[in-house]
Amino acid sequence: MNDTLLLILVVTIFILAIFVGLEVIAKVPATLHTPLMSATNAIHGVIVVGGFLILARAEALPMYIIGTLAVLFGTLNVVGGYVVTDRMLEMFKTKKRSITK
Amino acid sequence: MNLLAQAAPAGQGLLNWADFGYLIGAVCFILALKLMNSPITARKGNWISAVGMVFALGVTFIYPTLTGDPLIMGLKPLNMALMLGAFAVGIIGGAWPGRKIAMTNMPQMVALLNGLGGGSVALVSLYEFVDASNRGETPPPVQAIATVLSVIIGTMSFSGSLIAFGKLQELLPGRPFLFKGQKAVNAIIALAIVVLALMILVGGQGASVLLFSILIVCAFALGILGVIPIGGADMPVVISLLNSFTGVSAGFAGFVLMNTALLIGGGLVGASGLILTLLMCTAMNRTLANVLFAGVGVLVESSGPSAFAGRTPKSYSPEDVAILLSNAEKVVIVPGYGMAVAQAQHQVKEMADKLAQMGIDVKYAVHPVAGRMPGHMNVLLAEADVPYEQLYELEQINPLFSETDVVLVLGANDVVNPAARYDKSSPIYGMPILDVDKAKTVVVSKRGMGVGFAGVDNELFVYDNTVMCFGSAKGTVQKITQALEKY
Repeated sequence: MNDTLLLILVVTIFILAIFVGLEVIAKVPATLHTPLMSATNAIHGVIVVGGFLILARAEALPMYIIGTLAVLFGTLNVVGGYVVTDRMLEMFKTKKRSITK
Repeated sequence: MNLLAQAAPAGQGLLNWADFGYLIGAVCFILALKLMNSPITARKGNWISAVGMVFALGVTFIYPTLTGDPLIMGLKPLNMALMLGAFAVGIIGGAWPGRKIAMTNMPQMVALLNGLGGGSVALVSLYEFVDASNRGETPPPVQAIATVLSVIIGTMSFSGSLIAFGKLQELLPGRPFLFKGQKAVNAIIALAIVVLALMILVGGQGASVLLFSILIVCAFALGILGVIPIGGADMPVVISLLNSFTGVSAGFAGFVLMNTALLIGGGLVGASGLILTLLMCTAMNRTLANVLFAGVGVLVESSGPSAFAGRTPKSYSPEDVAILLSNAEKVVIVPGYGMAVAQAQHQVKEMADKLAQMGIDVKYAVHPVAGRMPGHMNVLLAEADVPYEQLYELEQINPLFSETDVVLVLGANDVVNPAARYDKSSPIYGMPILDVDKAKTVVVSKRGMGVGFAGVDNELFVYDNTVMCFGSAKGTVQKITQALEKY
């Protein structure tokens, strides 16, 4: 694949992802604002993928340190994010009236 | 010239069968956000998102490198050990406090996690820059620009989130921190960032790691300086915005590594986080610019006539309030920021149970932005086992205030300020409020006569039908409950 095509492709993916992100959040009730923030917070922890990729090819000490920290921070973000969000949403389970509304 | 070979010399290719795994991850994320629009499906949505994440992370290990072998095959033992070690520590370090932390401390936990995400993005970009520099290579323009942007935004998100965490954890003063020439200093740093970024991009191969380090320091400083002038009560909006920032920076890191999981995940969060930030601002009837730059919450010398107009508030003791409550038939409790800070939800529940035993009808009025974050109050009350039937939203409760005997306002201020209804000069004009002043008697439990985060006096406090009960929400409510035992 030549460079220009590749570039167009990744830019397309990014722009479309942004549009989906804009559209997918519609009329969220205020009660869900905090959990939703926390849920999206967990999703950007996908940066761990980047951490894995760089640490995989690290060869010198500074690079090991940078890569290891990137994986550690990203993993904390992902795991903490999902656990916290789940705990918030756990609180909604017995609320029958919000469900019928 | 092969873009891939330059972008990722010993690393990963782009667009092969493994990207299908990333696609599954991306579909899960999108589906999850869709499900999170409703309280019924929200929890399931979060789980689907987690499954998508497992896919994205797992696929990375079998992602073919340029040699054609899966990534995991070419891993040296040390790299593998560090990777799994950091991953394991991250899982334990994230899950354990995540389960243990008190519900009232959730907002600062989210701030901290978001900051770590931003830090991770900045580290990935730093690695790519140093790596290219060590090899003496000039990355293609798109990747160079993406590297610089993701490191700037990621670093700002990191330092800004840490400040937000500090403010909410009360390690730092919650009040806006303003100094003379603050905006000028911020503008200079922002300009320095732009100049440095251009120097690095134009310099190409000659761009030094030193310049890049200065860029990081500047972005770090701007993140701090951008957040400290904002009051503690506005932190939710700030965290939401920084969350969006981290998303965008992760998306840019996707360009750096030519990785579709990062491109899609980052782009999604960047965009949805921004929408969510704007929704939060709308719920407070404020603009984003007002939240970020107005320094709202700073103590201002009242100009013009005070809302109090020479009247002084009546002060009741908790025992007096207990008498008032015991003679009431219908009571509405309005929990606010002060109650959340005092973590008094369990005491409030106890008092409400006592009142219910006495045959008094108790309802809770929950303002959309009550607590420390939108929706946070519902979570706090749910934690204290307050029956959901007793929780009323703004539109449901407002018509009921006129037939209410006693309204007990616990550490809420701006959300019950009648000036929002008519005073066009008030910063909170137009914000939907709880019409507590329509009730027969309003009891306001507050620590003092201080203003709310909007920095305006509340004329409700000197109304004829209002009495004040000074003290922290927790102590006051406990004393009321004790006094109620006598009746």
